[in-house]
Amino acid sequence: MLCAGADGSIRAGDLKNEEETVNKKKWLLSAVLAAALGWGAAAQAQTTLTIATVNNPDMIVMQKYSKKFEEQSGIKLKWLVLEENVLRQRVTTDISTKGGQFDIITIGMYETPIWGKNGWLVPLQDTPASYDLNDVLESVRNGLSYDGKLYSLPFYAESTMMFYRTDLFKAAGLTMPEHPTWDDVATLASKITNKSKQIYGICLRGQPGWGENMGIAGLLGNTFGGQLFDADWHSGYNSPAWKKAIAFYVDLMHKDGPPGAAGNGFNENLALMSSGHCGMWVDATVAAGILYDPKRSQVADKVGFANAPIESWNKGNGWLWAWALAVPTSSTHTAEAKKFIEWATSKDYIDMVGKTDGWVTAPPGTRASTYANPEYQKAAPFAKITLGLIESADVVHGTKDPKPYTGITFATIPEMQAIGNFAGQQIAAALTGKESVDQALDSAADNANRVLKQAGYIK
Amino acid sequence: MRQRLRTKLQFTAIGWFAALVMAFPIFWMTLAAFKTEIDAVASPPLLFFTPTLENFAEMQERIDYIAHFWNSVAVAFGATALALLLAIPAAYVMAFYPGRRTQGILLWMLSTKFMPAVGVLVPIYLLLRDAHLLDTRTGLIVITLFGNLPIVVWMLYSFFKEVPREILEAARVDGAGALQQIVRLVLPLALPGVASTALLSIIMSWNESFWCINVTEVNAATLALAIASFSNPEGFFWAKLSAASVAAVAPMLVLGWCTQRQLVRGLTFGAVK
Amino acid sequence: MSTTTLYAPAVARRRGRGHPGFFRRGTTWLMAPAVAALFAWMIVPLILTLWFSVQRYNLQDPAGRGFAGFDNYVYLFTDPSLATALLNTVIIVVGDLAVTIGVGILLAIVFDQPFFGRGIARLLAIAPFFVMPTVSALVWKNLLMHPVYGLFAWIANSLGFEAIDWFGDYPLASVIAIVGWEWTPFATLILLTSLQSVDREQVDAAHLDGASPLAVFRFVILPHLARPIAVVVMLETIFFLVVYAEIVVTTVGGPGLATTNLSFLIYSRALLAFDVGGASAAGVLAIVLANVITFLFVRTVARQM
Repeated sequence: MLCAGADGSIRAGDLKNEEETVNKKKWLLSAVLAAALGWGAAAQAQTTLTIATVNNPDMIVMQKYSKKFEEQSGIKLKWLVLEENVLRQRVTTDISTKGGQFDIITIGMYETPIWGKNGWLVPLQDTPASYDLNDVLESVRNGLSYDGKLYSLPFYAESTMMFYRTDLFKAAGLTMPEHPTWDDVATLASKITNKSKQIYGICLRGQPGWGENMGIAGLLGNTFGGQLFDADWHSGYNSPAWKKAIAFYVDLMHKDGPPGAAGNGFNENLALMSSGHCGMWVDATVAAGILYDPKRSQVADKVGFANAPIESWNKGNGWLWAWALAVPTSSTHTAEAKKFIEWATSKDYIDMVGKTDGWVTAPPGTRASTYANPEYQKAAPFAKITLGLIESADVVHGTKDPKPYTGITFATIPEMQAIGNFAGQQIAAALTGKESVDQALDSAADNANRVLKQAGYIK
Repeated sequence: MRQRLRTKLQFTAIGWFAALVMAFPIFWMTLAAFKTEIDAVASPPLLFFTPTLENFAEMQERIDYIAHFWNSVAVAFGATALALLLAIPAAYVMAFYPGRRTQGILLWMLSTKFMPAVGVLVPIYLLLRDAHLLDTRTGLIVITLFGNLPIVVWMLYSFFKEVPREILEAARVDGAGALQQIVRLVLPLALPGVASTALLSIIMSWNESFWCINVTEVNAATLALAIASFSNPEGFFWAKLSAASVAAVAPMLVLGWCTQRQLVRGLTFGAVK
Repeated sequence: MSTTTLYAPAVARRRGRGHPGFFRRGTTWLMAPAVAALFAWMIVPLILTLWFSVQRYNLQDPAGRGFAGFDNYVYLFTDPSLATALLNTVIIVVGDLAVTIGVGILLAIVFDQPFFGRGIARLLAIAPFFVMPTVSALVWKNLLMHPVYGLFAWIANSLGFEAIDWFGDYPLASVIAIVGWEWTPFATLILLTSLQSVDREQVDAAHLDGASPLAVFRFVILPHLARPIAVVVMLETIFFLVVYAEIVVTTVGGPGLATTNLSFLIYSRALLAFDVGGASAAGVLAIVLANVITFLFVRTVARQM
């Protein structure tokens, strides 16, 4: 590397003076040459880290506060902030081809174990004592580990919960149980729905994708007693449990769901819920912070919450997801990158955000200390349920029958996205009535088995 | 006379109706850019609301608009200039010395665009990595150039064909070489066509988002990448995305506004005799 | 196969027809840079794609990489999605050609007439062409076509109709509509340019002879537009064949396979499943199909040019 590095023989100021004295033409020529040879970023006096992250609100806050980190450490940060799917493509392409474009990447509970196994990530468990690694929730740490080694540190984590409209429930004389079953949901939904007023008893994800509708479908599958793959890696999509679960889902959405449900992902449902169109909504716990915020929600004072519904099996009813920060082994600034990650996932960071921006916006789901904080408990009435859900989420067990994979609504195998996306499409087709539930799940299972056979899981 | 005016009024009504229908989504997006997030998804939709500039303010806080803008300009104009440089001589040969294979070569060139870009992403990524061209303007310019070159050659070819051969023959007899013919005769005579080709290439480069998203991140990222950082986060985004989109599209609309005469007159494709 | 040999016979033939040949060498090298550059741009990725297509290569599974023989091709051709994807590709191309050319002709005729504020109206009508595809798709999906909070739903409800679930009930038509909206200005521009050169006297004469406006259109204007229509067909086909951004944003290829075209299929293999081997095999198929289409063009549309 030609980088001047931290010893900094060239100072930014010197460069500037030089630029001014050199005549313009020459400068242009050298600039073109430098650009052509990719030296553009190399002539830095201080260490510059390139960080790729998701454009979710919590990360936007991190970007804002990172100026403090830059001041404290003298390390400069360059940000690439992208939507989730695009970021995943971008980071996967780079890390798998050893492109070396990033020093810090934001990945989830799906990628971390796979990439850790591939040797693409720097192990991160040797944090300083002040970091208090044991404060990080165990289930989250487990989800971000492979073979006992921690490969990313969680920035925020989420599970699934039930949101409902207290005013509509009150008006209809209904109460929401603390631990509802899906049958309860169906009964309640039918009493809330008022299509002429555009109020729909239940909103659930329908937009196809392994991280969209397959999240909710996976939960239904689990809690109806099914699983993604059986012990021999054959697809569970066409099992009786899954068929019952999806038939229930399609039926429920037809009766009491909003029109166009097959196009609704997290955001569309959030828009529906916060503009008062949903009676109930089962989705990610992070939605709570938005729904309770009067600036972003028209129903801020009318939202109640409960546990994610269960059915015949009382586990696997909430997913577990964390956005976490990791260092690719291709980074040339591993030590500095670790320093940033430890800063952004520390107690102090959470404390700073809580105190400056309000506790309800503090990154949730990662540390026991956050939930022990009385101020957080006061600001976030949903804190206790969230903590319980995240602590009980189990990526290793959690299905009725034993399973060969880790993960709740997805399995941490490279083929999961191909399998989940196709299944998501099929379930969306069943939801729009283009196919029957049986047809849809049979072809989802066929595809899954095809993929796993091709990849050598099924002998 | 009155009959004429009536026809004119009728066409005014029809023309403006058509124009407004076509432009409506953009108008609606522009409105959303000045709404709060909660107003943007309000139902029923709001036509009247208290406008706010906070979306633009937040955009500027999160991304360096100016840097993205200059990258877009560099890529769009750089790729277009290089494409013209390569394409003009080629189109000259094809137009004035056409052979049995000319048509074949032209179509082969166009056929290179039939391959979905995503199919060759990994190969191209590896090549750029080895050439140290990831996240550089040079790298993105080269890719954009190749994306546009077939269409640029093909358009120029069709414009050059309109230039009367006799003029070139005369110049040739006077001893003018190929380059002289191109510079002195072909380009001036086909100028409207060349200009509209350049404009089209600039527009296509500006709007190109696949390669920008996949091979640049911070140093060479264009406005197309900036937009990807506003779409689909967890939470509301339509107003902010609209603001970013308006900011990204506006330069092209201004350019289109200033040059529409060129665009409307220039895209003859050799159809005017 | 060098470019020089490709071109040499053509020049020779020209010479045979009596053109002075002393520019032969000069003209050949003038074409070389463009052809060579494009050839390199095509051939290097092509070779790599062919190589990857016979590899087991999932980006996220480097340990599993190895020679796969024709496995990826077998997998592709036994994939029940493939036939649907090919059919959808054709429907999108044909549908959008019909939409853009149909609407384009109408708009071109309107904007060819003098009327008040024509310049501004014309600019408004071509504005969609300047908007990036992902942005248009997001705006259409969420702000306009969403069946609950979209504008169309509100219009339908206010008129007493039930809102239409566009992407659920008419997914392919919706995608075609969005793409059509983006590309209609392009067709309009080219057709309008051509209309401006229609022989006015011929039109006036036809009118005087008592021909109906429709007959004038059919027998005078349409023949004049044949060539620009061929141009539009050709250029737009290139873009319509590889439409995917609008699909990714709106329907993600669904529901089911309703909006999966070949381009989206490759996209989902490459960037949603990271199966480079499978995506490359599908890419090779796309290249083969591209050559077939090119051949068809040579036989049909190209004659117009």
